[in-house]
Amino acid sequence: MTTLAEPRHAQPIQRNVVARVADRLGGGLVQVFMVLVALFWLLPTLGLLVVSMRGETDNNSSGWWTLFTKPAQLTFDNYSSLLASGFGSSFWNTVLITVPATLLVIGIAAMAAYAFAWIEFPGRDLVFLVVIALLVVPVQIALIPIAKLYGALGIFGSILGVVLFHVAFGLPFAIFLLRNFFVGIPRELLEAARMDGAPEWRIFATVVFPLAKPAIASLGIFQFLWVWNDLLVALVFADTENQPMTKALQSQMRQFGTNVDILAPGAFLSLIIPLVLFFAFQRYFVQGMLAGSVK
Amino acid sequence: MTDRLDGPQATGDGEAVAGASSGPREPLADPSSDSPQPGAAHSDSGAGAPDASDSLTVSESSTDSDSDSDSTAEPDSAAGSGEPAAGSATAAPPGAVAAEGMEGTEGAAQASPRLGPPPRLAVMFLLPAVLLLAAWVIYPVVYSIWRSLFDATGDRFVGLGNYVSIFTDSSTLTTIRNNIIWVVVAPIIVTALGLVFAVLTERIKWSTAFKLVLFMPMAVSLLAAGVIFRLVYEQDPDKGVANAIVTTVHDAFSSSAGYPGARPRENDQAPAVVQDGAVVTRQEVQAGSPVLIPLVGLTQDVVKDAAPAKAAPGGDGLSGTVWLDVVRGGGGTLNQIDPQEKGLGGITVEAVSGGAVKATTETAADGTFRFSGLPAGSYVVRLPQSNFTAPFNGLTWLGPALITPAIIGAYIWVWAGFAMVLIAAGLSAIPRDALEAARIDGATEWQVFRRITVPLLSPVLLVVFVTMIINVLKVFDLVFIIAPGSVQPQANVIALEMWRVSFGGGGNQGLGSALSIFLLVLVVPFMIFNIRRFRRDEG
Repeated sequence: MTTLAEPRHAQPIQRNVVARVADRLGGGLVQVFMVLVALFWLLPTLGLLVVSMRGETDNNSSGWWTLFTKPAQLTFDNYSSLLASGFGSSFWNTVLITVPATLLVIGIAAMAAYAFAWIEFPGRDLVFLVVIALLVVPVQIALIPIAKLYGALGIFGSILGVVLFHVAFGLPFAIFLLRNFFVGIPRELLEAARMDGAPEWRIFATVVFPLAKPAIASLGIFQFLWVWNDLLVALVFADTENQPMTKALQSQMRQFGTNVDILAPGAFLSLIIPLVLFFAFQRYFVQGMLAGSVK
Repeated sequence: MTDRLDGPQATGDGEAVAGASSGPREPLADPSSDSPQPGAAHSDSGAGAPDASDSLTVSESSTDSDSDSDSTAEPDSAAGSGEPAAGSATAAPPGAVAAEGMEGTEGAAQASPRLGPPPRLAVMFLLPAVLLLAAWVIYPVVYSIWRSLFDATGDRFVGLGNYVSIFTDSSTLTTIRNNIIWVVVAPIIVTALGLVFAVLTERIKWSTAFKLVLFMPMAVSLLAAGVIFRLVYEQDPDKGVANAIVTTVHDAFSSSAGYPGARPRENDQAPAVVQDGAVVTRQEVQAGSPVLIPLVGLTQDVVKDAAPAKAAPGGDGLSGTVWLDVVRGGGGTLNQIDPQEKGLGGITVEAVSGGAVKATTETAADGTFRFSGLPAGSYVVRLPQSNFTAPFNGLTWLGPALITPAIIGAYIWVWAGFAMVLIAAGLSAIPRDALEAARIDGATEWQVFRRITVPLLSPVLLVVFVTMIINVLKVFDLVFIIAPGSVQPQANVIALEMWRVSFGGGGNQGLGSALSIFLLVLVVPFMIFNIRRFRRDEG
């Protein structure tokens, strides 16, 4: 491995040696470059974490990196005062919005995807093309009409309204993803079950659904993250008592400078669960992302 | 599953899928899907996916489960279709196709009536989804078109008036300009960075860790990303990491002594005058007679810790003193060094002859300077302008001028990992032989990259690029969060303006509806792109 060993091989491969040294130098440069890039990508999040764990006066007087020379600055006061201020309820709202919105999308989309994949019906291809078209429809289009609709239904501001909105806008991607998975399931499995006289809903529940676990996991993590991280829908449809963390934090942005001691720990709390999920289920995350490069 | 998912755009499952969805077809068509030929370039995304996930420590089980399902189901077809990855996608089709033989499509009924579920069953399975999509997505499109033809309150029909005001109002024109900047700049940078990182991750052993780090921002909410970058872009270099880096780099390359406002007296007796922002001696000077450069225009506060000015000793070499020629409380002799007067240290001094800088030095704490080893002759002594500019304090990232580039920077931070992982998936599907063959033929790495890797990757690059464009058109959160209220008009984009005029105090839902329709129209070309890609892959 070491370059020192090279001279023994003498002349014939001289050029090779040169090339290899150049390679190794280049390789070293690549290493350094990539380390720098990785640091560059880590730095902002690290900064948020550190800022969230320093007192207000420290944050106002010096940069967060001084923590590393003065570890005494470390404190959890921001977190305890944030939780004392009622941030916990918006955390809970986020959960109440995200979990149903994710489960509903999975269930409804799986049924639809099953129909697209395994039940013949007239106009199926056309309807599926409509679903693909809906993939890229911006949510902005629905804000005003749905606000009106919710007003008429009396669910404006409620968690239910936010959940339904997320379910509807999660469906095109979910159906697209699951349908493409379902058509890959060997037809023999279904045929066998159908031959045994199993009703269609049972085939769906006992044959297709279990096989589709990886796809459902991908869909689940994606939908979860979208809803958990959403700001716009909550901004329009959730009133103050039902607001998720993103909206609660957004309302503090106006006085960013003086509210850093709330915003930094709040933002960090809001991203900790997605981050844990991300690390736990990254393979599904990647798969969903590869699948979802259309939205 | 990735493959098939991703694949739909790609060929692999295209074939797989077609069997099921678009009626009878020849079974033999399928195997082509796993052929690794570059010609079938799009298949890389499919086949590549698993690898990508693999490198993220991922794919193992996914591939497993895929191939499991295949093998239990239909061992030979699975085996036949080669790559485990594309496995279920590609493997499935033969099965599907075989079954197709039995069932047919529309003809299913006659082939085996009891196997085909009746179409009305489809209605039950589709009903919830169709209802939701119709009420929450399709109806709003229709309603918005209608609503956009009315004024703010919805009482008066204004025809296309709202659309006209989109293109005439200066604030919406700014949003359109900003969206154009976004669309032109962000997707290209994200795709290019993704490509570079994807290629370079193949050269490092810790590529999994690298991918995780770059990919992580995808899991973070854009609100949190916005808060993160508000902190990064803090103006004060002691607080914002961006300016901390910028000022450190800047100061490493140019010293800024920083005596803003210091200047010579403006009268004929003053030995120095201002010329193009720099202070120069009025007459040419020679070595041996110390040069006096008295300055004024600084408060005593600036120099309260400075050392008293001293006359430079004569002797060989050009020497002199730069000092603040003001005595606290008044008094003192003009253009002479008085005992209470302070020297100005750290000032850059140049000896100029014939218009060229012959030597450069810096004043000591007492204001004295000396050029040693300077050839004898006449010189003009010059204190360049950099001495008198304010100390560099970083860039105003969140000001009107830089706000959009700054937010695009945050956007790139969020999305580069996405592009990298997608492109890496495509990359891992490129046949190594082609690259090796080129290298053996003497191609440089750059040529391999430029002539082989990039062309083979172009389908994936296009997918990433288009996905980014769609995403960029809708950008909202980052602008809303990062741009402080006072510069939001300069940073505004269509999606944000739509929210602002409809809900954020604008109170004009007619214009808001028109803006949302405008946004929809902007994504229609990409809608068509997706549909065509899907149909091509399916068909």
